[in-house]
Amino acid sequence: MSEFDQLYREVILDHYKNPRGHGLLDAPDGVAEGQNPLCGDEVTVSVRFDGDLIADVGFEGRGCAISQAATSMLTEIVVGRNADEIARMPKEELLEEIGIPLSPVRLKCAILGLGVLKVALHKSKGTPLPDEWTQGDDLTIA
Amino acid sequence: MAVTARPKLDAQRLRADFAYLEELVNGKSVAFLDSAASTQKPRQVLDAMREFYEHSYANVHRGVYRLAERATEGYEGAREKVRAFVNAPAAREVVFTRSATEALNLVAYAWGLDNLGPGDVVVITELEHHSNFVPWQFVANRTGASFKHIPIDDQGELQLDALDEIAASGHVKVVANNLVSNSLGTINPVEKLSAWAHEQGAIMVVDAAQAAPHREIDVQALGCDFLAISSHKLCGPSGAGALWGRPELLEQMSPFNLGGEMIRSVALDRTSWNELPYKFEAGTPAIAEAYGFGVAIDYLSEIGLDAIEAHEHELTRYALGKLSELEWIRLFGPPAERRAGIVSFDVEGVHPHDVAQILDWEGVAVRAGHHCTQPLMARLGVTATTRASFYLYTIPEEIDRLVDGLHKVKKNLG
Repeated sequence: MSEFDQLYREVILDHYKNPRGHGLLDAPDGVAEGQNPLCGDEVTVSVRFDGDLIADVGFEGRGCAISQAATSMLTEIVVGRNADEIARMPKEELLEEIGIPLSPVRLKCAILGLGVLKVALHKSKGTPLPDEWTQGDDLTIA
Repeated sequence: MAVTARPKLDAQRLRADFAYLEELVNGKSVAFLDSAASTQKPRQVLDAMREFYEHSYANVHRGVYRLAERATEGYEGAREKVRAFVNAPAAREVVFTRSATEALNLVAYAWGLDNLGPGDVVVITELEHHSNFVPWQFVANRTGASFKHIPIDDQGELQLDALDEIAASGHVKVVANNLVSNSLGTINPVEKLSAWAHEQGAIMVVDAAQAAPHREIDVQALGCDFLAISSHKLCGPSGAGALWGRPELLEQMSPFNLGGEMIRSVALDRTSWNELPYKFEAGTPAIAEAYGFGVAIDYLSEIGLDAIEAHEHELTRYALGKLSELEWIRLFGPPAERRAGIVSFDVEGVHPHDVAQILDWEGVAVRAGHHCTQPLMARLGVTATTRASFYLYTIPEEIDRLVDGLHKVKKNLG
């Protein structure tokens, strides 16, 4: 298999070109947005619950094929599952699903959507934040 | 002291790693007794850095091409080595800086300016290097906090019975101390000070620049909140240092330097900060130097910090024994068992600069001056001292050459 085919597997290209869960939900219970500081990829994730279960997820974003495809795949993985369970979901579960070799830089692209979803869960359900998203401080110029 | 079997360091064998020893003046290599200022660099570090520059160099973190990946691996691999070296819980708590000085400034500015005010007390010691003294003096002055020092006794050891009076003077918020004094070699009771600082609700900031080359560092055992180290003092290149900090404090703090790399996103009206440790690493870092820092840590770890400590201890005992036989030498600092490989002294009637000058003609390199510790010099009643310091490549014959040279100093100027 060529290097191109290894990284841009058919399933990745399919999710990139036809993203699942695309578009933000109407009347969501939680929303968060985040960026990958390395390349500027952006993802906004909205989520709706049925009790403690994730009923629906919708996202919008701009970025590389890996970041957008991974977020699309994520929406399929998490629907119907417990919010707390997803908040604690190791990144490896998503990476296994993605199933391609990733360098450290591209790894950040692949897990951007998962991080942003965890922030949305934190904001709406109070679940724990992953370490790399605990940096709440920012500068807003009035 | 309990007698334990320690691996013995073979200084003669290690000397083959240091090219400066190949240069002979009057048939002799230089007796380099100024390692406390900066150590010499072994070939292993220099070769690795050259190899890195030649085959793994690019800017770090953003590139998706192979060279950038290798550079990032080298840089982040070094961070992991520093983490293990100071026994920090996680690599994200280790911030690369330009130096230990920059690490201490980072804490003074980014923590101090937002957390200090009138009624608060910043505590340093009379033994501090200016790098852990002046930033705190400045920030205390800026914020209206008071600035107190822990005095030393005549041997150069901290007088902890002064702590009660300091505690009564206000709300102690910062205690800053070096683990090993660069001027006297005093090993300070940082664990005790950390415990006291936390009783007061203060943070404990440790300058370990002079300690890290000589003994194992364990931030968890020290119980401190911040710890600064420097690459160039432990066989690594200059231009690289590191700050370890408790993540809950680092997360609360504002950035110190601002610019590229430390951001998550930037817009015209709003900027958000990157995650730890990158929030504190604005700009292109000293990439190959950080990598070399990691290689130096490997070099020391292979020899064994306990073996280095034992070697230096032996040399210090030897030097103190020899020098104390000369009644025209005044020795400063504590007994050998409570100091690292540093010996500061005064030659009666001769200024340290003249001492160092004459020793240089004998091929003996020592430092003369205030060693960036002017408050300590004032306490000792001198403007400067002569300082000989030892490292893993120092041998007893070099101390003999120091003593011979001092006899010449005495004969010519004393």
